[in-house]
Amino acid sequence: MSDSHAPSTETSHAPAAHGEHDDHGHAAHDMHLGLYLGIGATLLVFTLITVALAYVDFDKMLGGHGWNIIVAMIVATFKVCLVGAIFMHLKGEKKTIWRFLYFTVFFVAGLFLLTLLHYADPIYGTGYNHHWPAADVSK
Amino acid sequence: MQIPYEVQARPDTGLYNAKLGIWLFLASEVMLFGGLFSAYIFLRMGADPGYWPHGLLNVPVGTFNTAVLIASSVTVVLSWASLKMRKLQQYKLWMGITIACGVVFLGVKLLYEWPQKFHHFGAFIKPAALEKYEPYLGNQHLKEKKLAPRVEISGHLHEVIIDASKADKAKFDAFLKEHHLTAEPDHHDHALTLVKGKHLTPGVAEKLPMIPSATDARVSGVKIVAFEVGLDPANADPTNPENERPHFKFKPPTETLARVEAADIESASAFAPKHSPYFAVYFTITGLHGLHVLAGVIVMLYLWLPIKGGTLLYKKNPEHLANRVETVGLFWHFVDLVWIFVFPIFYLL
Repeated sequence: MSDSHAPSTETSHAPAAHGEHDDHGHAAHDMHLGLYLGIGATLLVFTLITVALAYVDFDKMLGGHGWNIIVAMIVATFKVCLVGAIFMHLKGEKKTIWRFLYFTVFFVAGLFLLTLLHYADPIYGTGYNHHWPAADVSK
Repeated sequence: MQIPYEVQARPDTGLYNAKLGIWLFLASEVMLFGGLFSAYIFLRMGADPGYWPHGLLNVPVGTFNTAVLIASSVTVVLSWASLKMRKLQQYKLWMGITIACGVVFLGVKLLYEWPQKFHHFGAFIKPAALEKYEPYLGNQHLKEKKLAPRVEISGHLHEVIIDASKADKAKFDAFLKEHHLTAEPDHHDHALTLVKGKHLTPGVAEKLPMIPSATDARVSGVKIVAFEVGLDPANADPTNPENERPHFKFKPPTETLARVEAADIESASAFAPKHSPYFAVYFTITGLHGLHVLAGVIVMLYLWLPIKGGTLLYKKNPEHLANRVETVGLFWHFVDLVWIFVFPIFYLL
């Protein structure tokens, strides 16, 4: 097997032949137990970090607004990557699944983009927006 | 019918079929939640200054529930690893803990967090009347500090002051009976006061503000004149810098009472979906997420019980059970993954 971290693709174990004495499987999964616990602990620590960062006024520190949202989303994205890579075994997962995910990311990004597109109103240019008055073409 | 490739990998995909299936399903779930999250972005970016509430949710409780979900993500993957190592007893233990975590999460949400919101009350003040309620809003102070204005008076609904002329007494009595309320005569002429507290049944806070518009009761001739609110800390002490940013520790409403005239109110409601775009999208997303937790718990229970599709399958084909557990595990991690975004955007930001 090209990747040791894809145990689900191993061929069927007949229970009679293996049972509790699958030495290779034992070693591989025992090693992962520590990894899973470590990732769990990391996620818990980063949850506390997320909470702590929410009480830091980044807008005051950096100027502008919305910095807290950006910081929180960066931490959340990091946590999600850990869950995906380790718990969901995406690290070393088959190409087929990665291809699904490329498409999903593409389409969900498109969905968010479409939602945000109303601010630009690029087609008719008739939108009035009280948040971004500069974009108001009626003036 | 025998489903092919439930244990062995299909040669062309390199995957057993259920794994391919669950990933396709999760891809569609990303679009489902993606739609709701983009609605959140849309509503939040479109909210006028002061109209997107902050600090209304209980952060310690939310943090606890986040920790519960993360812990369950670890235990579900451990339960799968136990099966791969052919340790059935260990599997039962880890899966049992995972199911318990799911139940705790739902319990906190449904028995504590949501009811607490339903018993909270908020009234958005009409722009023209904001000046009148300055002692509870502190907008002069907020303006000086270049902060968003405060446009809502919130807290626990203490009393609903209703105007019912003597001629409409019969209609009013019917109204009271319908809502299981009792009334006491007010000091003012022709007005009756509904007294909240020991006289009223629990849940009245969410019933009364459901009256279609705050100024007109369902019964003609019965009119809500004003709400008396036990103020939240931010309204009780609006110029205190402590109230400018959300608190970590949840602060319950104070003993300070304020009378808010119905004529000055833009909209008033319990902290239910109709209260504001914030609560609408909060209840929609956390509700859908809760349904996913429930679904996960049901499927995991099925794989945990000694039934044909559950642990009895172990004797027949342990790898098949392991694959089933891996599949539900992938779903469960996805549910955790959604919560990782839900927690900061609703509780913290």
